[in-house]
Amino acid sequence: MISNDVNKIDRRSFLKFSGSITFVISAGLAYPLYSFFRKEEQENIPINAWVQISPDDKVTIYNPAAEMGQGSRTALPIILAEEMDADWAKVIIKDSPIDAAVYGHDGWGSRPMMAIVGSYAVEGYYKNLRLAGTQVRQILKTIASNHWKVPLTELSTEANKVIHQPTGKRLSYGDIVALGQMPSVLPEVSPELLKNPKDFKIIGTDIARRDIPEKVNGKAVYSIDIILPGMAYAAIERSPVLGSKPVLLNEQEIMNLPGVLDIVILDHGIVVIADDIEAAFYARQRLSIQWSDVPAIEYNSEESLHEYASLLNDPSYDITEVFTVGDVKNQNSIIKTFTSDYLNDYVYHAQMEPLNAVVALSEDRTSAEIWVGTQAPDTALRDAAKTLGIEASKIILHRCYLGGGFGRRARRDYLIDACLIARQSKINRPIKLIWRRENDLSSGMFRPKSLQRLTAGMDTNGNLITWEHKIIGPGRGLLHTGINIPFYNIPNQKMEVKYIDHSVQTCSWRAEGHSQNKFAIEAFMDEIATNVNIDPLTFRRRLLKDNPRALHVLNTVAKMANWDSNTPTGKGRGLSFCERSAITACVCEISLNQNTGKIKVHKVWMAVDAGLVVQPKNAITQIEGGIIMAISAAMLERISIKNGKVEQSNFHDYSILRYADVPETIEIELIRSLEKPVGIGEASLPGVGGAIANAFAALTGKRLYRMPFTPDRVKKVLDT
Amino acid sequence: MKIAFKLNGKKVSIDCPEETKLLWALREKFQLTGTKFGCGIAQCGVCTVHLNGNPIRACVMPMSAVDGASVVTIEGLAKKDKLHPLQEAWINEQVPQCGYCQPGQLMQAAALLKANPSPTREEIIEHMNGVICRCGTYHRIVKAIQQTIDKK
Repeated sequence: MISNDVNKIDRRSFLKFSGSITFVISAGLAYPLYSFFRKEEQENIPINAWVQISPDDKVTIYNPAAEMGQGSRTALPIILAEEMDADWAKVIIKDSPIDAAVYGHDGWGSRPMMAIVGSYAVEGYYKNLRLAGTQVRQILKTIASNHWKVPLTELSTEANKVIHQPTGKRLSYGDIVALGQMPSVLPEVSPELLKNPKDFKIIGTDIARRDIPEKVNGKAVYSIDIILPGMAYAAIERSPVLGSKPVLLNEQEIMNLPGVLDIVILDHGIVVIADDIEAAFYARQRLSIQWSDVPAIEYNSEESLHEYASLLNDPSYDITEVFTVGDVKNQNSIIKTFTSDYLNDYVYHAQMEPLNAVVALSEDRTSAEIWVGTQAPDTALRDAAKTLGIEASKIILHRCYLGGGFGRRARRDYLIDACLIARQSKINRPIKLIWRRENDLSSGMFRPKSLQRLTAGMDTNGNLITWEHKIIGPGRGLLHTGINIPFYNIPNQKMEVKYIDHSVQTCSWRAEGHSQNKFAIEAFMDEIATNVNIDPLTFRRRLLKDNPRALHVLNTVAKMANWDSNTPTGKGRGLSFCERSAITACVCEISLNQNTGKIKVHKVWMAVDAGLVVQPKNAITQIEGGIIMAISAAMLERISIKNGKVEQSNFHDYSILRYADVPETIEIELIRSLEKPVGIGEASLPGVGGAIANAFAALTGKRLYRMPFTPDRVKKVLDT
Repeated sequence: MKIAFKLNGKKVSIDCPEETKLLWALREKFQLTGTKFGCGIAQCGVCTVHLNGNPIRACVMPMSAVDGASVVTIEGLAKKDKLHPLQEAWINEQVPQCGYCQPGQLMQAAALLKANPSPTREEIIEHMNGVICRCGTYHRIVKAIQQTIDKK
């Protein structure tokens, strides 16, 4: 959150703004204005701004995207600043108002949206922010041209200045807005006016992230940090099994506990509200609740996973065809067929900031203020309005920094909880709801478990000519992202999915289905290559020979890792190639403790082609972080569900990677490119699991078919 | 119970039940929200502060143990306007991503350098192992700590 003082203002002053969005555009200073999705209405409605320039030459740029650690809060304004030729040192970044019609990206359909998921911030806003920046530049040049009475074509811009080339005269942007001669009609801008990416001055340079200074001194504000005068604290016990409803058995006892102010009964949980957070947590622990029986209580994740292989052929489940090309069945030239099954478990987000939100209702309960960390501010506002029964226009939603998103904070269940509590509680005070880590796990929304069956056919020339990939598991659309193999040249392909509902909540988890699906694809590819005695690099090169861009990525990582050299004794190296927005190729070098079954990843090399990269240094850190998160998920992370309940409850029984298991070196190379930028935040995860599994095969001659590769599982594989 | 202690160099006191945890006293009573809540059971380390110079997990530390002691939080790591060398290195290496665990990481690292001004990579890893980071900034944190040592 930008304003560090917002948590210190007194209650009267923060409530009096209710009902009016606080940003105001004052005529003459607040130009230029641009709205992407209301072009036809521009003359009739108030227009929102992306940029404000003040006479002291400060440029304020509105950032539309959630900042969850991916750096978009800096990257998006850089794009706009580049096209308007702003002096970056004079740029101030503010979060935009929540209005998808103005500040949304194109999304994946026609409806604009503000949700930042799927590493889509830079990719989704790139074109529009460039146009907005170009419009700013055009307006400033137009005013200067009128002021100097010189033709527009004689003017150029650089670093907050318009320059008259023939005379060398200069006007700063601040001086120009001070002239007060804003055009009444904003100029149309077309893509021909955009800069040639070759001429970019700040895109592609190492600009420091603006959020970092306040993240090293404790000043960065997450919603959990909000403290309001008179604030009360809520703790919740949520259904341990989805759909189960509570009956509170000791209401009077709880109300008599010190500090307890109120109890709120929800359909899916019981809430204690208290004077301070510890009193709320203490009372929560003492709740005696009888939960209703629901069918989901029969569900055991491990048993169910073992049924998947037979369910794959069960006609009572609908099969969805995801992709087909050619004909995988009638190929007479096949002389060799391969098939393998791969399994993976549920995985938890484990974002470090437990889910929480702060809701303050006005005394007459007709307006509200909310503080929350959300990946989807527009849907969050809509959900809050609906839950509170208050119009969205009478709610101010303050966007705070997210202490990790990874997909989990694209959902709004925790915010809806906070709104339900504020609405139902009889106390008239701002309320901060904090889920304990135990809530975060028991009400987790996981990356789905699945079984994947891969089948491939090879012809007499040693070419793969058929490829079939079937996935079965929960999670619907989350299950099959990454199932396609767009760069591998295999003429006949068929991809299918069977969805099963287990009444377990699933959710996008950084890189979605790519992590488990690319693991299966790349491990299978390696298994085939080894079987026909071809080096895995050579084997993939043949499949990528018609895709120079993809081939270059593969060759780059091979060179980085010196693939053709001998692997050190006791180590194994594995290779993978895949795409998640960006194209990546990865080599992992591992060792193995034969006694314990523990795999250690020592070195990782990764080549990444993400098109044009806005902030290379930040891109590298994102890729590094993604590799570490992927190693964590591939080696350690597993949610199990017994009798409908999540068995893990906190970091003592849900381990994530720690320092001791971080690779000694991680080398990354970004392929230089001027192609349209694509997402980077998730790109590095999917290749890691396969590269580790393949390194294990190179080291031991045995294959790992189930992720995560926990020591007990590895030991079993070694013993067979 | 009345508890008097030193907080970031200043004498403070608080009246609270003795089992009140230092984390919540810092965050909600003293409004020093840089120290974070992550797990509540001393497993994640994001609540790390210094108690008499030692890194401890504030989420399990009762206020009764703080009486008469000296506590330093992330807000007290910089000396007036001068950032701690680790904070500078964190900026140079662009360490934080979501940033939530970083106060804990910094406090843990600062305690190490105080006790051992030039730790080896192995010593850094062993000392830092208790503080987890979901964004995966470990690699950069180790670099930033090494950079600080090299500058000395």
